[in-house]
Amino acid sequence: MADDTNDVEALIDLMARLPGLGPRSARRAVLHLIKKRGQLLGPLTDAMAKVRATARECLTCGNIGTSDKCAICASPKRATGELCVVEDVSDLWAMERAAVFKGRYHVLGGTLSALDAVGPEDLRIPQLVNRVEEESITEVILALPATVDGQTTAHYIADHLPGTAVTSLAQGVPVGGELDYLDDGTITAALRARKAF
Amino acid sequence: MIEWTDTGVLLTSRAHGEHAAIIDVLTPTHGRAAGVVRGGRSRKMTPHLQPGTQLDVTWKARLEDHLGSFTVEPVRARAAVIMGDRKALAGMQAVTALTSVLLPEREAMPDVYERTVTLLDLMAVTDAWPLAYLRWELGLLEALGYGLDLSRCAVTGATEGLNYVSPKSGRAVSTGGAGEWAPKLLPLPPVLLPGNEGDDGDIAQAMGTTGFFLSKAAGDGRDLPEARRRLRDVLAV
Repeated sequence: MADDTNDVEALIDLMARLPGLGPRSARRAVLHLIKKRGQLLGPLTDAMAKVRATARECLTCGNIGTSDKCAICASPKRATGELCVVEDVSDLWAMERAAVFKGRYHVLGGTLSALDAVGPEDLRIPQLVNRVEEESITEVILALPATVDGQTTAHYIADHLPGTAVTSLAQGVPVGGELDYLDDGTITAALRARKAF
Repeated sequence: MIEWTDTGVLLTSRAHGEHAAIIDVLTPTHGRAAGVVRGGRSRKMTPHLQPGTQLDVTWKARLEDHLGSFTVEPVRARAAVIMGDRKALAGMQAVTALTSVLLPEREAMPDVYERTVTLLDLMAVTDAWPLAYLRWELGLLEALGYGLDLSRCAVTGATEGLNYVSPKSGRAVSTGGAGEWAPKLLPLPPVLLPGNEGDDGDIAQAMGTTGFFLSKAAGDGRDLPEARRRLRDVLAV
């Protein structure tokens, strides 16, 4: 590769580190950006520079925002007394996309893991316990992964919030799901969580 | 190309790159074996690669020393059945984590495999598994060469009044035999003796003694998995 393409190669190498992209797809993306310099590359560079300068973690909930207190935590309308606990910011965004939950969130930053030696002190669990006390939370909704680590974390949190109503998301058949395509574990969980119809 | 097929219990699964997972499986004839599962982090595979799941596995590698890759066929999901049960979930995590940490790789231990499968299946059907868990830990110690001899006092030969275990030999010691050495010995809770029963609190206490020897089996400087401590906490409440 000639020296005059080093900058482009460096950009490709960086793009290839992004999730979902490999060297080949990064090369295609960079080539596309260069071809659409005016419509895409310029605005993308500006947007990235802005995010770099302003993006930060909400000190209250762990969401990503542009100030120390994210828009959800700052909004008085979201003070419903319900607190939804999620593993990661991407889960919070997924919940917001659904637009059904009107309360506030708490991002743990992971789940307890025996394998990776992730303990409660490595997550934002102490902050959660403090929030429940300080913000007069009436219900904590655990929206954690239906994995062994996720549910272990859920049980741990429930144990540390005595006197507070703790609920969790249901587990079972997804909307549009056909039983024939479901794994045994999901069918088992769905059957155990069956309700009166 | 080296290839074998076996059945096994999934002990651990960790991310390997963006799409693959490295799993650790306990099998009856090939012992604890690790390998890569291509696409192991996909939406389709993730539910099957939970600790405790019973799998049919095929392991392939070009050379014996290589990590190798697994193709897996799920047989039975155990995690989904016990996820709502905090005690059983803690128990299953302790079993899979301890097995993964303590057992040597690629060394067949059919007895340990059978006991492990029996215990994991028991957790899904009854609450009375903690005593079986304690016996499983004793069996694991025996398989690792750290078995406890609790049949008679190592000093006097007495079979009654056995209240201590020697941290050095793993043999029972009676109160009379302990004498002035008693403060340096480990307690021998009655539930550890064959045929005895106890409640969860007794079992948590006994896990203190078995934990000492499990730590020895793990080797210098290696802590026992956090999952075992969590189980002990859950049982002690």
